[in-house]
Amino acid sequence: MAGAEGDDSLYPIAVLIDELRNEDVQLRLNSIKKLSTIALALGVERTRTELLPFLTDTIYDEDEVLLALAEQLGSFTVLVGGPEFVHNLLPPLESLATVEETVVRDKAVESLRKISQEHSPVDLEVHFVPLVKRLASGDWFTSRTSACGLFSVCYPRVSSTVKAEIRQHFRTLCSDDTPMVRRAAASKLGEFAKVLELDYVKSDIIPLFTALASDEQDSVRLLAVEAGVSIATLLPQEDLEALVMPTLRQAAEDKSWRVRYMVADKFSELQKAVGPEITKTDLVPAFQNLLKDCEAEVRAAAANKVKVFCENLPEDSRETIIMTHILPCVKELVSDTNQHVKSALASVIMGLSTILGKDNTVEHLLPLFLVQLKDECPEVRLNIISNLDCVNEVIGIRQLSQSLLPAIVELAEDAKWRVRLAIIEYMPLLAGQLGVEFFDEKLNSLCMAWLIDHVFAIREAATCNLMKLVEKFGAEWAQNTIVPKVLGMANDSNYLHRMTTLFCINALSGVCGQEITTKHMLPVVLKMSTDQVANVRFNVARCLQKIGPVLDSSALQAEVKPVLEKLATDQDMDVKYFALEAISVLALA
Amino acid sequence: ENTDSRSLCRIHFHSFSILVCDPADVISTVEFNQSGEFLATGDRGGRVVIFQREPQGEYNVYSTFQSHEPEFDYLKSLEIEEKINKIRWLPLHNPAHFLLATNDKTIKLWKVSERDKRAEGYNLRDEEGRLKDLSTVTTLQVPVLRPMDLLVEASPRRVFANGHAYHINSISVNSDCETYLSADDLRINLWHLNITDRSFNIVDLKPENMEDLSEVITVAEFHPHHCHLLAFSSSTGTTRLCDMRARALCDQHAKLFEEAVDPSRRSFFSEIVSSVSDVKFSHSGRYLLTRDYLTVKVWDLNMENKPVETYQVHDYLRTKLCSLYESDCIFDKFECAWNGTDSVIMTGAYNNYFRMFDRASLRDVTLEASREVCKRRAVLQPRRVCVGKKRKETDVSVDSLDFRKKILHTAWHPKENIIAIAASNNLYIFQDRLTPNGHHNTPEIQSAPPKWQTQPNPPTY
Repeated sequence: MAGAEGDDSLYPIAVLIDELRNEDVQLRLNSIKKLSTIALALGVERTRTELLPFLTDTIYDEDEVLLALAEQLGSFTVLVGGPEFVHNLLPPLESLATVEETVVRDKAVESLRKISQEHSPVDLEVHFVPLVKRLASGDWFTSRTSACGLFSVCYPRVSSTVKAEIRQHFRTLCSDDTPMVRRAAASKLGEFAKVLELDYVKSDIIPLFTALASDEQDSVRLLAVEAGVSIATLLPQEDLEALVMPTLRQAAEDKSWRVRYMVADKFSELQKAVGPEITKTDLVPAFQNLLKDCEAEVRAAAANKVKVFCENLPEDSRETIIMTHILPCVKELVSDTNQHVKSALASVIMGLSTILGKDNTVEHLLPLFLVQLKDECPEVRLNIISNLDCVNEVIGIRQLSQSLLPAIVELAEDAKWRVRLAIIEYMPLLAGQLGVEFFDEKLNSLCMAWLIDHVFAIREAATCNLMKLVEKFGAEWAQNTIVPKVLGMANDSNYLHRMTTLFCINALSGVCGQEITTKHMLPVVLKMSTDQVANVRFNVARCLQKIGPVLDSSALQAEVKPVLEKLATDQDMDVKYFALEAISVLALA
Repeated sequence: ENTDSRSLCRIHFHSFSILVCDPADVISTVEFNQSGEFLATGDRGGRVVIFQREPQGEYNVYSTFQSHEPEFDYLKSLEIEEKINKIRWLPLHNPAHFLLATNDKTIKLWKVSERDKRAEGYNLRDEEGRLKDLSTVTTLQVPVLRPMDLLVEASPRRVFANGHAYHINSISVNSDCETYLSADDLRINLWHLNITDRSFNIVDLKPENMEDLSEVITVAEFHPHHCHLLAFSSSTGTTRLCDMRARALCDQHAKLFEEAVDPSRRSFFSEIVSSVSDVKFSHSGRYLLTRDYLTVKVWDLNMENKPVETYQVHDYLRTKLCSLYESDCIFDKFECAWNGTDSVIMTGAYNNYFRMFDRASLRDVTLEASREVCKRRAVLQPRRVCVGKKRKETDVSVDSLDFRKKILHTAWHPKENIIAIAASNNLYIFQDRLTPNGHHNTPEIQSAPPKWQTQPNPPTY
């Protein structure tokens, strides 16, 4: 048959093309993801004249298909014939940049930004800039928001007349009727400012920034804060006071807590951008106010920044500023009415000790730590405990241990299992900080108690915890303190506890080494193979599989093999299954 | 062509009714979009019907889709009705239209879009879907798009579920166009339109002990221009204004609109009839309109202690409260509406009557939305309910009012004098008479009855 061979090679591509419009989204998605294969088969010419026009009009599809399409087109340049033809990709991306789904638009803009770099300066002005202008003056807000993200990529590479037009378009979008477009413009203001000449930053960007920062919509004003930070980094120090600071000061005292929250959230970046002098004169009082804000969300955001803010204060006056201005506010936050604020503070407050040094820590911070360790909210206590290492470096943990112990015990017995889980995870850290003696005396019994917790997740974490402790304190310690207790549970009347013994052995055999495993653990495991509960028996099989590599071959052959062979004939099919699996993994067959 | 007589022709316009009598089709909400070109209704069967205004002015069905299905909450052993409680349009995004529709528990964002092109040309099959002879396939074919008949599609874009423990009574889109609120009996949540798995609780009236419960939220609405202001009303007859700038949690109100009750008029029913069943900001944003069982009130946002205007909707029912209580009618939730220029107020009543109040002239009128009226091709005639003896032939006595026929849901076109009235499973649209030059009259209730007219032949669907 003529052309039969040709058909064979066409067939897979033909299927892919047909599936571009299959009923099933998954198949369409699959085809779109292989768009490059289709384009390759069609060749550059047909890709440009047939495939791209079809794709330009396919904007009815599901979001995920459009998203995949927008992404594909970003790396399609070669497939349309190289940089010379890259502008052929603009129409489909332009239509994708106007759809209503934000993720699709954002991806289309990302791809447009990417391919803008592949345009020659001439093509950029002939093809790309007109597209940006079309989007910027589109009827629907979706196209205008997309335009906001494209100005900064073309600005540096166009002539000064076009530059002026671009600035004008951006200005227009900053005062758009719809808040969506103003938000998009505000969020791209910083990025656009970076590519502008300094004079234009001052003459164009500053007025736009001021206007957006006093927009009637909170959601626009809060985005202007971030732009303000970027702009501040661009301006010379002497201009900051006049051009940016009045607006930023106003933002820090905005009527809307969301705007103040944004200021608090961006405080470290702001601090870096304005430099040490303005930090001292302006940011310190502003920070104090944010720490005392009437809205808990703002206080929490500011509390989160306490350590970083203090760290970045100018060295010459750091200690004075902290002691006289920041610490009084921090002291109040320790007894804040809102637990999120307290817990935000607790997650960073320990970091202050390295900045303030031993004496100040003992005198001023230690009392605060102690208060927080007794806080009613478990999260606050946990946050303090999880950061103990900072304090340990400065003053040693002994200072705290008296208060620490009751706090740990209480968390260990908290009614919420997630709290118990969290404290277990800090145990290895605490053990390292407190030392083996303190641990044996005070905490060991807790660690063992978790093994018989009624929540499986806790028992599992407790098992893992034991392994980490042995890694820290060594096999000898394990043999003396925990192994006897773990093995003792093998005789418990509750089968769940007997299984915990097996899980512990799984975890511990590796870190304890061959001797302890063979001598102490193996006999117990083997004995449990006759347990009346099938779950225990199949876990014996799994346990043997797990500890097999630690054992020497004589023990394997002489002791493990017979037991597994016996389990392999067990009546229970799960026991049989795991026994056979163990035999095959350990190569005992 | 006799243009004169045409322009003088009194019967120009429309009303149309939905004539399906399935109880599941009882309309449960009516809402115009921002331009007034579209009108959406939701019904008890979980369906949403969208009407589009034709160039001639008539509203015709544009799209119908099933928004909600009946569900069962297995954890609480509760049936969740499919009834659409509220519909709110989003401001126009692009050529497609978006609306939020909610039942008791789940809010859905729908996209209604048009498609007028279809891809043609398969490689391996012909247009009927039959496989082609593979030997004839020698070149690859890229599909091409060809025009086709307009197809309107409704697709669910987002489902906002699990945000409410109680029944959702309101949704309202914020003027920032990226967030909206949803309110149930005890809480108000704030959602981002793009995020379905998270919402922020901004008002919580749930007491620690449910026995201390003294009020429930009945309605909540955002201010039309100020993104930080929201109003919500409660079963105790109060309406609170909250400023979201002040705090993340708006439990503390910025303003409380409440009128002191005259102690001499207090009765067993006082609290029930004072429960606010609807709240609407005026288009200007300056006033709040609240509806309780017997009155509509206009509040100036700047004056909290009493309404600036109070209109009696059906004061003659004051003596009937006892029987209305027994029939549960006293718990009916009537909605209210402003006209486009905030000069006229409309709200529903019983016996398929609805009321309009002109704020400037203080005139009011009672009109009827019923099949008989539609058929008569006439200007809507005002109705009068009389307490004592009939003064006119057309008067209706209080005792003959039909309390099963109630108009709960009404909507006014945002710019023009077009109103939509839902009476059970009928939707009536009335339009003010056109003036000879084709423009609409300014809204005004004159001493003579207003010229609400009906469309001659109500189309059915």
